[in-house]
Amino acid sequence: MTALLSVNEVSTGYAELEIVHKVSIQVDKGEIVTIIGPNGAGKSTLLKAIAGVLTKFEGTVTLNRQNVTTFSASNMVTVGASFVPQTDNIFPSLSIKENLEMGGFLRSSGVSERINEVLSMFPELQKRPNEKAGNLSGGQRQALAISRALMLDPVLLMLDEPTAALSPVLREEIFDRIDVIRKTGVAILMVEQNAKEALLRSDRGYVLVAGELVLEQTGPELVANPDVGRLFLGAERNPQIHNEGN
Amino acid sequence: MDILQLLIIGIIVGSIIGLGAMGLTLSYGVMKFANFAHGDFMTLGMFLAYIVISDLGWGTSPIGNFSFGFGLIPAIILAIFGVGCFAIVTDHFVHRHLRMRGSGIITMAIASLGIGIMLRAIIQMVWGPTAFRFSTGINTALTLPGDLKIKPDQIFICAITLLCTIGLYILLYRTKLGKAMRATSDNSELASIAGINTDRIRMATWGISGGLTAIAGIMLAIQSQLRFDTGFTFLLPMFAAVILGGIGNPWGALLGGLIVGITQELATEWINPGFKPGVPFVLLIAMLLFRPRGIFGSSI
Repeated sequence: MTALLSVNEVSTGYAELEIVHKVSIQVDKGEIVTIIGPNGAGKSTLLKAIAGVLTKFEGTVTLNRQNVTTFSASNMVTVGASFVPQTDNIFPSLSIKENLEMGGFLRSSGVSERINEVLSMFPELQKRPNEKAGNLSGGQRQALAISRALMLDPVLLMLDEPTAALSPVLREEIFDRIDVIRKTGVAILMVEQNAKEALLRSDRGYVLVAGELVLEQTGPELVANPDVGRLFLGAERNPQIHNEGN
Repeated sequence: MDILQLLIIGIIVGSIIGLGAMGLTLSYGVMKFANFAHGDFMTLGMFLAYIVISDLGWGTSPIGNFSFGFGLIPAIILAIFGVGCFAIVTDHFVHRHLRMRGSGIITMAIASLGIGIMLRAIIQMVWGPTAFRFSTGINTALTLPGDLKIKPDQIFICAITLLCTIGLYILLYRTKLGKAMRATSDNSELASIAGINTDRIRMATWGISGGLTAIAGIMLAIQSQLRFDTGFTFLLPMFAAVILGGIGNPWGALLGGLIVGITQELATEWINPGFKPGVPFVLLIAMLLFRPRGIFGSSI
């Protein structure tokens, strides 16, 4: 099966500083794939590079067999890859409806219809479309950010810590919505700190440590891996991990 | 002078300041730096209009009681187009390069100061230091109840300001371009992630801001006169208006302009009119000290 997203030997970082070293991952159609790892592992940096926000120092990225390595963030959405940053992921002075209109900026038609479709997944937003986004709670902001990213009917949705700073109840709600989105055929690549909950819902997971990929297993296998917990605590810099799945 | 008469003059001057300040704050909202060339953009607008009205002599016969003829229409169009293009070109050759290098707002603002000085020098070289007027005719004032006077030209200035305000509101809140400008002002990286071409949005913002500035310049020239530094002397009142209204907020800038205009005119009841240009300084400092976010806060 050809991967929807194929990241091959990508190195990236900020300015001259390389944070992610030769990482290769892939996401198949309709999959949920989660990247986990301790703080500072380079998870968000990798996601930003795939999304075109950061420049790749080396390596290639293909989406639907198209080479998108040099695509900017604004070009990535045109080929079906939407990205939701961890923070500053809404336009606070715009209303909920206007945020969604901006998500559908590149649509030539059917914006209103798509807004209705997207909002049907997030009823709490549907009730007050003219509310200023800056007035929303953390969970509602995250829901709006994800909704905004769905406006262009993406084939791949990239989420950077979608449940960060949310209560356990809201975390569950966001994960439930992610499941619903996956059922519509959208593949999801996410970075998560709430690793256990994310991995239990994921088809596969990757473990990133100090900018290097150290493990790939199915979600449940990673949850059961005794070393994974230690890894998140950052107790070991170069841990030897049980890699029974590979 | 009667307080109410000063109030009328204040509203007229405030309308011009507000109109210019709306362009200034719009460019700040999207570019995130203070454009110190804004006053000189105003002067450029005045002189481009002057080319049509006086040098080409198009439509100079006055319309009704106004001091200007139909030539003002092509003059306004040329000025909007000329200043808008000049703003876009300077952004393309100067600010865009600085943005790509990751230059900070101080560098950008200083670069705009340089552009302003250069533009002022060019205007002085071409038209000299002499003051000009669009019309040498007498614009007879109308008498309102209470023996208050207002010239038809001044009613025209207020009407144009109102029209531009409504037009800007429709642009920002009812059009795709305007919403994208507000989105880019809020978070330019997220706007890019959403697929908005932020370079084009910046270009459009410069064009619209330049156009508003050109109109403000022409209104200022109708109310007073044209000189190579007329717009520059208006820069501080415009900044005061922008800060009063909340940086990046066009409606705040208009209100701020009216407050500055009215305050400086009313102040002449108690102070020598020669000192009235100091009033915006006082307002600006007071606002920065006590409510730096401005009256309405900072967003488009």
